[in-house]
Amino acid sequence: MSSTPHDKPATGKRIKFIIGGVVIVAAIVFLIVSSTINNTQYFLTIDELLGRGAAMQGQNVRISGAVIGSTIQYDPQSLNLNFTIANIPADNNLIEQQGGLAAALHAAVIDPSRTHLQVVYHGPRPDLLNNEAQAIVTGHLGTDGTFYADELLLKCPTRYEDALPAQVDTPTP
Amino acid sequence: MITNIGFGSLAIAFVLTLYSVGAALYGVRSKAGAWVDSARYAVMSVFFLITLAVAALIVLMLTGHYEVAYVYEVINSGMPLYLKVTALWGGQEGSILFWCWLMSGAAFIVMLRNWKEDRALLPWVIVVTMVTLTFFLGLTIFAVNAFYRFWTMPNGAEVTSVFQPAGATPIFPYNGVGLNPLLRHPAMIIHPPALYLGFVLFTIPFAFTIASLISGQKDDHWIALTHRWTLTAWLFLSAGLLLGMWWAYGVLGWGGYWGWDPVEIAALMPWLSGTARRWTAFLIMLTYTLVILGTFLTRSGLLSSVHAFAEGNLGVPFFIFLSLALIGMFGLLLYRWNDLEGHGALTSLLSRESIFILNNLLIMGILVVCLWGVLFPIFSEWITGQRITVGPPFYEHAAGPLFVGLLLLMGIVPLTAWGRSTIKTLGAAIWKPLTAALVLLVIAFVLGIREWAALLGIGVAALAGCVTLYDYGRSVWLRHRSRGENIFQSLWRTPGVSRRRYGGYIIHVGFSLMALGVIGINMFQTQTQATLAQNQSIQLDGYTLTYRTLEVWDTTGGSNLAQAVLNVSYDGTLVGQLFPTRNYYYSIQQSVTLPAIRSTLKDDLYVVLADWQDITTQSATFKVYHNPLVAWLWIGGGVLILGTLMAAWPSEEKRRRNRQVLS
Repeated sequence: MSSTPHDKPATGKRIKFIIGGVVIVAAIVFLIVSSTINNTQYFLTIDELLGRGAAMQGQNVRISGAVIGSTIQYDPQSLNLNFTIANIPADNNLIEQQGGLAAALHAAVIDPSRTHLQVVYHGPRPDLLNNEAQAIVTGHLGTDGTFYADELLLKCPTRYEDALPAQVDTPTP
Repeated sequence: MITNIGFGSLAIAFVLTLYSVGAALYGVRSKAGAWVDSARYAVMSVFFLITLAVAALIVLMLTGHYEVAYVYEVINSGMPLYLKVTALWGGQEGSILFWCWLMSGAAFIVMLRNWKEDRALLPWVIVVTMVTLTFFLGLTIFAVNAFYRFWTMPNGAEVTSVFQPAGATPIFPYNGVGLNPLLRHPAMIIHPPALYLGFVLFTIPFAFTIASLISGQKDDHWIALTHRWTLTAWLFLSAGLLLGMWWAYGVLGWGGYWGWDPVEIAALMPWLSGTARRWTAFLIMLTYTLVILGTFLTRSGLLSSVHAFAEGNLGVPFFIFLSLALIGMFGLLLYRWNDLEGHGALTSLLSRESIFILNNLLIMGILVVCLWGVLFPIFSEWITGQRITVGPPFYEHAAGPLFVGLLLLMGIVPLTAWGRSTIKTLGAAIWKPLTAALVLLVIAFVLGIREWAALLGIGVAALAGCVTLYDYGRSVWLRHRSRGENIFQSLWRTPGVSRRRYGGYIIHVGFSLMALGVIGINMFQTQTQATLAQNQSIQLDGYTLTYRTLEVWDTTGGSNLAQAVLNVSYDGTLVGQLFPTRNYYYSIQQSVTLPAIRSTLKDDLYVVLADWQDITTQSATFKVYHNPLVAWLWIGGGVLILGTLMAAWPSEEKRRRNRQVLS
């Protein structure tokens, strides 16, 4: 960063630098493009996944849904985990309109008319897998209509809503 | 009462930050130094006011004022004292308040310095830091206020607000929910403040950059002025990232340390741009933008992430602030474009200047990969109406080769000269360390490593390490010969000559060691799982784990703890015991599975208690990971921090100069 004047490089050298730079930038662009093409996953709601039907079978996709607590089945011997998720909207604004993520998850779980999806996962039962948690599963839809998840991510927003919890009480005067 | 003190001082601080911006601007316009001084004192008092607000919140948390919504959310009477204090940054409201406090503290320190020589910069430094602070203070006051209390309205509705609504009666809960147990870990206590400090400290060099551009200073004086701030910011950001990785490894129980989660990437990006060499106005602005963007992404709920506690509705204000900041910076860059040009020409492809540029190109490449990956779902949704995401394999494939390239440059750079170096000069300098690195590579091969990617990584890391040690050794030897010192004296004194240079070398060694750990766990991790009856065993990579017992009891901290005991033997000899646990917290009805880790320099054995048979505890299910070399990731991280500390430490020479000024 010194302000001392340097002699300008000869034109031949300049071209060498420009070529070098272009090669590196091209390599980076190639890396990004090829990695993107090979590693994209559709992030879908259950409705969207099932709406597309057989076309989605076997494809690597990401699905978000509300965990229905009563359906969780876990076999510690084989580490097979089964549960059902209910459709929740993907749109943030829609979720806000329903009163936040916690309310949207609750509404999805108690509404029997929502589309459901059965998920199978192999591994230890995650600590956050509870009723009305948001599950984000990555995997593929099998021909039997079951979703085979390779990755299971859970969010429990209930703690962060503004509503007052039940154990709060007014003191007697 | 205490809530009123806390909120009141925040409100006054907010007004004062606005005042300081106005006074500084007016002072510049009317060339009235008194106004600038007034602004400076306002900035200093803001720090005391925010300190008061933070103190008020801490008192509320320690004394269990559960009528305050934030206290209710993060405090539980069963939590130990240190967690009650550190819960200050355990939730959204508190952490933004804490951010403000750190920011005001940094501004306070900057105000303390002697401004005689750079008087022209002062008002603009005030404007930039205080505009940033005003924004965050505005968030804590209007959007995520930590001093909201619970009230019951006359109609029975329950609301939260700072002041008592008309006719409302306060609600006093008996106890709070308490900090998410996943966050009750030593690393998690230091991780957020370290990251925040890193973020906040980057604002200072940014403020100087903007100040120097606006006031039309032609030289790069400000770079020298803020070099230590930049290094310190980088230090804290590195520490924060490392602690986050360590926490993920030690607590989350999935056997890994980094999941390319958007929140992790958001913290990685400013670190990357801060790593780039030779700070220029552009890089500093980029880093500042990434800091704000990172806070925005993690706090807006725009991205799906494992960081469930980082959620909220702050998207719109952040977006507006970021857009305005970007427009301002872009305009300023264009306006001062002519002053920024012409920093020396490149003379040789292998000179140190070219290597630095190449280095920056690669870092920018990784940055683009990260940004692309994080924003891809959002853009794809805008354009196609369909959310398409990219997972960890995307980052690994795209950024992995770039990281290897960086490591290679790190190996070459100490051997290149400023100005001119050629293949010949470089070859003459590199053949000894290159030979040493090749020997290490052959050893790795003999030990049974066959994957070409792993060999490449190990080779490059070995080269970087060997070159650094070789160059250091050469300097020590020269000093020993020329001064006739004892070799140990030379070993000790050589780095003192140029702390920045040798600090940089230590950072390089740290990186190489970390690379070793990353290769070990990412490429050679093995895993198995089994349900074991008592005294039954499971094998993995030469280790035998035998399930002995499992005990379940209630702890004094309001949780139910299940702990298994496993005997670990290697090649038939007993080497230790492991105690994987699961802790169920009654108050928030959530369990936390803590893996048990046996860590050696060679490998880690990582055991998770997946399940057990109730009551009889006759059998239990375990998931076991074998993670080779991962300890080197943490050791390398420590070395990197040490190197940064050394580089940031004031040099002898500077201290001597300061002493002369004083006397």
